[in-house]
Amino acid sequence: MSENSLAIRKFSDLANPTRFLALADRLLPWLAGLTAVFFVVGLWLSFATEGDYQQGETVRIMYVHVPAAWLSMMCYSVMALAALGTLVWRHPLADVSSRAAAPIGACFTFLALVTGSLWGKPMWGTWWVWDARLTSVFVLFLMYLGLMALNRAIDDPARSSKVSAVLVLVGFVNIPIIKFSVEWWNTLHQPASVMRLDGPTIDPEFLWPLIVMAVAFTLLFFTLHIAAMRNEILRRRVTALRRLAARSAGRGARTK
Amino acid sequence: MIALFFRDLKLSIRAGGGAMIGVLFFMTVVAVIPFGVGPDLNLLSRIGPAILWIGALLASLLGLDRLFQAERDDGSLDLMLMQETPLLFTVFVKCAAHWAATGLPLVIASPLLGLFMNMSEIAIGATMLTLLIGTPAITFIGAVGAAVAVSLPRGGLLVSILVLPLAIPVLIFGVSAVYAAIEDPAPFLPPLMILAAITLFFAVIGPVAAAAALRHASD
Amino acid sequence: MRLLAEGLSAKRGEDLIFNDISFALDTGEALVVTGPNGSGKSTLLRVLAGLLSPESGHLKLENAPPEIAHPSELSHYLGHRNAMKRELTVAENLSFWQRFMGDSPGGVGIALTEAVEAVGLPDIAHLPFGYLSAGQQRRMAMAKLLVAHRPIWILDEPTAALDAGADRLFADLVKAHLGKGGIVIAATHQPLGLDQTRELHMKGFEHFAGGLWHDA
Repeated sequence: MSENSLAIRKFSDLANPTRFLALADRLLPWLAGLTAVFFVVGLWLSFATEGDYQQGETVRIMYVHVPAAWLSMMCYSVMALAALGTLVWRHPLADVSSRAAAPIGACFTFLALVTGSLWGKPMWGTWWVWDARLTSVFVLFLMYLGLMALNRAIDDPARSSKVSAVLVLVGFVNIPIIKFSVEWWNTLHQPASVMRLDGPTIDPEFLWPLIVMAVAFTLLFFTLHIAAMRNEILRRRVTALRRLAARSAGRGARTK
Repeated sequence: MIALFFRDLKLSIRAGGGAMIGVLFFMTVVAVIPFGVGPDLNLLSRIGPAILWIGALLASLLGLDRLFQAERDDGSLDLMLMQETPLLFTVFVKCAAHWAATGLPLVIASPLLGLFMNMSEIAIGATMLTLLIGTPAITFIGAVGAAVAVSLPRGGLLVSILVLPLAIPVLIFGVSAVYAAIEDPAPFLPPLMILAAITLFFAVIGPVAAAAALRHASD
Repeated sequence: MRLLAEGLSAKRGEDLIFNDISFALDTGEALVVTGPNGSGKSTLLRVLAGLLSPESGHLKLENAPPEIAHPSELSHYLGHRNAMKRELTVAENLSFWQRFMGDSPGGVGIALTEAVEAVGLPDIAHLPFGYLSAGQQRRMAMAKLLVAHRPIWILDEPTAALDAGADRLFADLVKAHLGKGGIVIAATHQPLGLDQTRELHMKGFEHFAGGLWHDA
């Protein structure tokens, strides 16, 4: 029981932005260092392995593309979790987390789209096809951008947090629907003529660098996310201080 | 006048500004089309230029209603009406700033969307060029609609309805210039020149008409 | 310079708001427009500011620079709304109006820092305008009168939302402007604390004016 309540206290401790900032300061250098190590190893492995006999050197794009695509999904899951935290537990940092994750998620999604295009050009002969997977990732990208626009449009975080949390959750429910509907829609018109990214079983030769790069990208995400959350908290503090400055300036003049 | 240009630019970039929303709308509209017509790449590359043009037309109408209404709501429009500088110049500069904040990003985003539509390099280049020349005309025409609807409580929709028919010539010559660039027999330059002429024409007519409407809308 | 109004009347829509108002103001003179709600104070000021064309009568400026087409070009107008953008900082707002309006012949506006000091809020010019309270916003809108020189000030309810201290501060600003040879026309309920002002009391228009759609 005591252990349980300790865990709860630890969790609610995190709700205190000051504690979070202290923790972030301690954690960030380690995370950043670890990320760098994994990236060095991962990139070295990526270039040390041999190219695919069919795809040649372009297969190395996969080591960036697949982790980025994986993170674009994970980031949205993190946001959905945070949105749940905002609506259900009213955790004050949940909104900060969700807000901080959106631009990072958009970046990873964009990276996945760009690397996918670069890979697709030599493989399929075109930059883009309206394949099920590509399309649903593109829709995901648009949703990230929409959320960012919403966050920017409402400048008062107290008001925007609930609203954007609702939207994030609706989007989370919607993603599987989009994915399946797109697959159904797509196979109707264009039977699987397009090479699928998840098609070939992966040789261990490629698997190891891929796993290392996936870990590196995940670590990169958490580093960026914590740093972005720290910035968001600081930004809100600056806003609060400025409002305070405006109020106290009025008081000062009145006593004059 | 330069001060006005940069103020408007700043306002559209600051929080709540509409600059990025236009591009987002553009992307969404264009991305929705393949869901409607199907993922046939040949078909998409054939209709791509038209889709991009229609998307850009709709997206550039998006923030237009606030062009003068925001100024009216906080009283800035009154001060602009009072100045010695002709209102015509003020309107022109506001249009230029509005285009730089919302039209130019559309032009820059169009090649990316061209790739999605599987358009050829020439088609993408031609679309970008025609959009660059044609979208200012939409802004200038839109300014007239925005000025007419300035004092209406829910003018946003009305502006679009008023402006869309007027913008049809821009669409016609923009799209026909692109198709002339892709298909060999038709010459590319004449429609492009007409498009440029339309833009120059409305760069004069638009601010004059909008200024007149604003003068009479104030009460 | 002398501002002359002769037989002004104005309509809003179909309704005649006021009829046959005449006055003459020399430099250094202030006119306080008083009257109950709906008596047409704001409408009169908008006519004077050139935002509404009068139904009859005219507005003249004697001894004015020749290139001036309408007195409004030599006027500041402070309406009910502050004409400042919430998203921009106070300094950005003020410097925009300073550069956009420029100075009328015969004077120069004061620097931005001096202007915000003159309205008693020197420390918050770097904040977004939207962060300020209603009274602070009003005072910053007054700072706008100072950054670009205009000999004529047309003020509609200038002291609404202001506390007593800011009221005095504003009266001082008006006095200083009059002292430099300016003309001030203000519509207000409260006394501005000015001596030597002329007063125009508007009673409102009692009789139905008929108009286009009715038999006279």
